[in-house]
Amino acid sequence: MERRRFLSKFISIAASGTVLSGFFKRTFARSPDYDPKGHYYGMGIQIDKCIGCGKCVEACKAENDVPKEPFFFRTWIERYVIKRDGEVTVQNIDPRIEQSKEVFSEGDILRSFFVPKLCNQCEKPPCVQVCPVGATFKTEDGVILVDDDRCIGCRYCIQACPYGARYLHPEKETADKCTFCYHRITKGMLPACVEVCPTQARIFGDVKSNASPLGRFKRMNKLHVLKPSLNTEPKVSYSGLDGEVR
Amino acid sequence: MNPLTEKLFELLKQVTGYIYPNEIEVHWGILVVVYPYLTGLVAGAFILASLVKVFNVKEVQPAYRLALLTALAFLLIAPLPLLLHLGHPERSFEIFISPNFTSAMAMFGFVYAWYLMVVLLLEIWFTYRKDLIIWAQGETGAMRFIHRALALFSTDISERAVEFDKKMVKGITIIGIPSAFLLHGYVGFIFGSIKANPWWSSVLMPIVFLFSAIVSGIALVIFLYMVITPLRGEKIEVRCLDKMASFLFYAVIVDFSLELLDFIHRLYESEESIRILSDLVMNKLFVSLGVIQVLLGMLLPLAVMVSIRLFKLQEELRKLLYFVSVILIQLGIFATRWNVVIGGQMFSKSFRGLTTFKMDLLGLEGFVMALILLSLPFITLAILIKLLPPWDKVVKSFSDGSAQ
Repeated sequence: MERRRFLSKFISIAASGTVLSGFFKRTFARSPDYDPKGHYYGMGIQIDKCIGCGKCVEACKAENDVPKEPFFFRTWIERYVIKRDGEVTVQNIDPRIEQSKEVFSEGDILRSFFVPKLCNQCEKPPCVQVCPVGATFKTEDGVILVDDDRCIGCRYCIQACPYGARYLHPEKETADKCTFCYHRITKGMLPACVEVCPTQARIFGDVKSNASPLGRFKRMNKLHVLKPSLNTEPKVSYSGLDGEVR
Repeated sequence: MNPLTEKLFELLKQVTGYIYPNEIEVHWGILVVVYPYLTGLVAGAFILASLVKVFNVKEVQPAYRLALLTALAFLLIAPLPLLLHLGHPERSFEIFISPNFTSAMAMFGFVYAWYLMVVLLLEIWFTYRKDLIIWAQGETGAMRFIHRALALFSTDISERAVEFDKKMVKGITIIGIPSAFLLHGYVGFIFGSIKANPWWSSVLMPIVFLFSAIVSGIALVIFLYMVITPLRGEKIEVRCLDKMASFLFYAVIVDFSLELLDFIHRLYESEESIRILSDLVMNKLFVSLGVIQVLLGMLLPLAVMVSIRLFKLQEELRKLLYFVSVILIQLGIFATRWNVVIGGQMFSKSFRGLTTFKMDLLGLEGFVMALILLSLPFITLAILIKLLPPWDKVVKSFSDGSAQ
């Protein structure tokens, strides 16, 4: 009897919670008065979960009007193949690049893995520091954005980014980069790359929140960021990051 | 497929190792090579002129005004390559009205305006004021009006006024030297402060830029002096030439030492990036750095200048050797700018691969445009010389009394 009452209570609470959370989510998504002060975004990437399918790259290009050619990326996937003789081969996995279809003989491979790359949304962004007109800036919720109407196209930010995360948009002639899909996240949605990832290799959320997938990711993993010696303090952190990755 | 992506697909085949996918396009092309080259010439020419005034180097007096006008001509053209290189040149004014104070590049507007308005134009005005008034008195028509207007319609050529002019020139020169240092040192800082790029990121960068600027500026003034003087049917003053060449000699030695120090320091520290940088130097920059910049642009002229000092060579031979040296030095300094700007973008920040730079022949960022931009300062200089003749015979000496 006890158990039945507990179960029925649990189910009803869970159900109403789901309904309520759905409700809140919808109203939040529609809410015009999004408060950036209440958020501080970051991303976690589980290297061991990435299968290199490239769905995130395609989704990103479609969602953000990134040119299709393989020279313009807001996010991309690198494949690392470390051979027994110590040779490291890195490739950008893109169906439009022939080299990325190279097949290695299994016996030669010591270890191999995929690394999704994107703008690290640095806490101390060198790109923001160098922009002569303040066209690239950090929002209150921690995302680095580019104001297309102000960018003069000098490309200094592209030079200053240690991660190669920026490119010059060939049509707009302004700098472009990952925004964490700012137009989506401020409506309570996930970035496109996170939403389509079939293995949940990418975890998006609030860096300050503990009770969230990102919070859990940070508790349960040994983490690392890219190029920590440059003191840019990335808000994208990796679990299972290999020393060969730069 | 548009021409850019077509070009990038072509470049993709020439990539060695791995580069980040966004890195295939070399973002700062030939125009950004031309820009620091031009500002370097400005700073160098001005510093040469300042040496005359501040340290009262009488031998170089014949080239003083030429050096000032050269600095002005090159300064007027210097922002053009930058402007043409922008994706949105129509928004360039944003740098002046809403500068980001943490950006070295944003300071461009202020350093440039300061140097042009406060230093160069003022110094030239005070230097020429008396002559402008005198010239206007003996002229008619448009030229008379132009000279009067350039003198801002001042008419006072009393001893007191001229004395004041002299004082001002001296004062401005004293402000001018640190300003010239600032102008080019800051260009070096634009590159030297990029921590993402180990080829650029060096505390020595502003100083190396500065000394290479002095080298190129002096070499340019020597070149112009040696070309223009015979064209005017005048005799080249060897004393003047020897003195300028000795300044050049010392500047080259300092510049060479600094670059050598930078090289040894990198090699000795042997940081993470050393492998890719060695690859860069040995493959992509072998000709432009090893052969043109170091061998032809520095060691050979240095050897020539040492031999001129060691063996007392004949005047004519000296002139010839000076002339060859300054051309080689000029070539070398252009290669220096090339190696910094282009070289710094040919390796990946992943330190795993190299890309290639392919210069277009035509187009906004092409070779022809670079040639036009490099010749524009000479055209400007020709106009300036027409308006403000810097020659001794025309100028009834005022700044020095008798030396001219």
